[in-house]
Amino acid sequence: MHPASSVIFFTTASGAGFGIMGWLCVAILMGHYILTPQTILMGVIGLALAGVGLLSSTLHLGNPQRAWRAFSQWRTSWLSREGILAVITCVSFAAILGIYLTSGVILPWMAGSCLVLSLLTIIATAMIYAQIKPVPRWHTKLTVLCYLGFSISTGMAVIAAVSPTRYHVYLAFGGLVLAWVFKLLWWQRASRTSLSHDGSTTATATGLTGFSSVKLFEKPHMTQNYLMTEMVFEIGRKHAARLRQIALLAGGLLPFICLGLAIVTGQTAGFVMLSCVMHLIGVGVERWLFFAEAEHVVALYYGKG
Amino acid sequence: MTMLPPEPSKKLGLVIDLDICVGCHACAVNCKEWNTGGYGNSLSDQDAYGSEPSGAWLNRIHSFEAVPMDAHGTPQPSDARIVHFPKSCLHCDDAPCVTVCPTGASYKRAEDGIVLVNEEHCIGCGLCAWSCAYGAREMDRASGVMKKCTLCVDRIYNENLPVEDREPACVKSCPANARHFGDLADPSSDVSVMVADRGGFDLMPEQGNKPVNKYLPPRTKTSRCASQARDDEVPNLVSLAKNNQSTGILGWLDRTLDAIS
Ligand code: SF4
Ligand code: SF4
Ligand code: SF4
Repeated sequence: MHPASSVIFFTTASGAGFGIMGWLCVAILMGHYILTPQTILMGVIGLALAGVGLLSSTLHLGNPQRAWRAFSQWRTSWLSREGILAVITCVSFAAILGIYLTSGVILPWMAGSCLVLSLLTIIATAMIYAQIKPVPRWHTKLTVLCYLGFSISTGMAVIAAVSPTRYHVYLAFGGLVLAWVFKLLWWQRASRTSLSHDGSTTATATGLTGFSSVKLFEKPHMTQNYLMTEMVFEIGRKHAARLRQIALLAGGLLPFICLGLAIVTGQTAGFVMLSCVMHLIGVGVERWLFFAEAEHVVALYYGKG
Repeated sequence: MTMLPPEPSKKLGLVIDLDICVGCHACAVNCKEWNTGGYGNSLSDQDAYGSEPSGAWLNRIHSFEAVPMDAHGTPQPSDARIVHFPKSCLHCDDAPCVTVCPTGASYKRAEDGIVLVNEEHCIGCGLCAWSCAYGAREMDRASGVMKKCTLCVDRIYNENLPVEDREPACVKSCPANARHFGDLADPSSDVSVMVADRGGFDLMPEQGNKPVNKYLPPRTKTSRCASQARDDEVPNLVSLAKNNQSTGILGWLDRTLDAIS
């Protein structure tokens, strides 16, 4: 699938934003959230990342001026649900912060429901991709776990960067490990999941199943078309392997080492910040690969598989 | 509304005969012609006269090379054949392209099962095209909305057209009569009878979309080996020609040229 930069930015940024909101709601529920400039900054960053992410997701639309219509089909459409949940989550989180700032009151039931809402928003984002049966590498519950994992890890990475306490560093460690366990499982499944995972082949695509072999002789047109640029996107195998290494290194190993150094050396702030930046870059690369490595069965009509 | 309707009692669709299609692309061209002036926005082209032209098409013809096998499953490469394969929206019963749509622009009609896009509501997110296993939807790059086969909804019910023209443009234009239009929910319709007689099939049934359109398989051909044997019984054409003693001026010319060469 074509890796559109607006969608990569959207999923990475809003994932981190809802991760931050979710973590802050946990802190409120546990009675750990005390108003300081730092904790307010965390909340504002969370809202800003989610908001910027959502805005960038409208950039790849053909007719963004009608984007409000996307709030209407929550009964069947994950994309619609995602839009609605994202807005409700941001509004309720902003309300929690606003009430706390103005009246000093914090309402745990609001934090509880906002936590559930942020998790549901992340799940809805992941389901946009996980529901697509014609893309076998996406069509798995592991996709949902990966999105949840990276929201948790990037959210805590940002929180730790703003307030590098030992407690936050340990949680950031945990987040990193959780996210990469899910992602490595996803990659492992992806490498055994071919275009024919659900039994689709050039033979079933054309119905020419009684033949010993069927292969494309001529494409409909000599040049590219929408289907090919959007869904038959190809990267070299070599590049894919190299990029996986970069994602894992920048997004996993180096941040892990930085967090370790932060604890060992006591130079917490600098190392935790570095770890956060690298993790976000690594997740961006991971997200690019998530699209670029996904094959769509329509490729069977264009000589693949 | 992107909820699918209850199973329609009428399912209009196409039956495409892969034995007959000669891959002339006439149906695709007529489709483009009719739909660029018909339902919704025109079907735009980009760089139409440049070196990399592209554009939105609702029907495309792919050609495949199919190698048959004998009764034991041994491939018969010398009997390989070309199968021309036209592809457009199959107006699926369980159309995922409808349910994924966030705006309600995509819908399936309860009265005849046709799957359409309301272009006034479409935001051009492209999700419906991702969800279609068959690649039957294409974004129009100029208007930013999703285009797809309408089954020529603006022809088949169009009372301004003579009755014989009230069928999809592709069916009307096919010079080989490889395309048929009708109600596939009615077991006595011509198309349903054809599907039953010829063993019509669904494309990618494993994807679970329950397409309405059906395809008819290529008929088994006499193998080349069998026809080779037949050829051997035919008198040698060269010797026939030699025996043929031409007379008159042409005969003289023939003999003279033979003598010179
Ligand atoms: S062929 Fe594709 S676009 Fe047409 S109804 Fe089926 S899933 Fe939808
Ligand atoms: S491109 Fe248009 S029709 Fe397709 S899912 Fe998006 S809004 Fe619906
Ligand atoms: S017009 Fe008929 S013969 Fe020509 S490509 Fe279309 S279906 Fe095949």
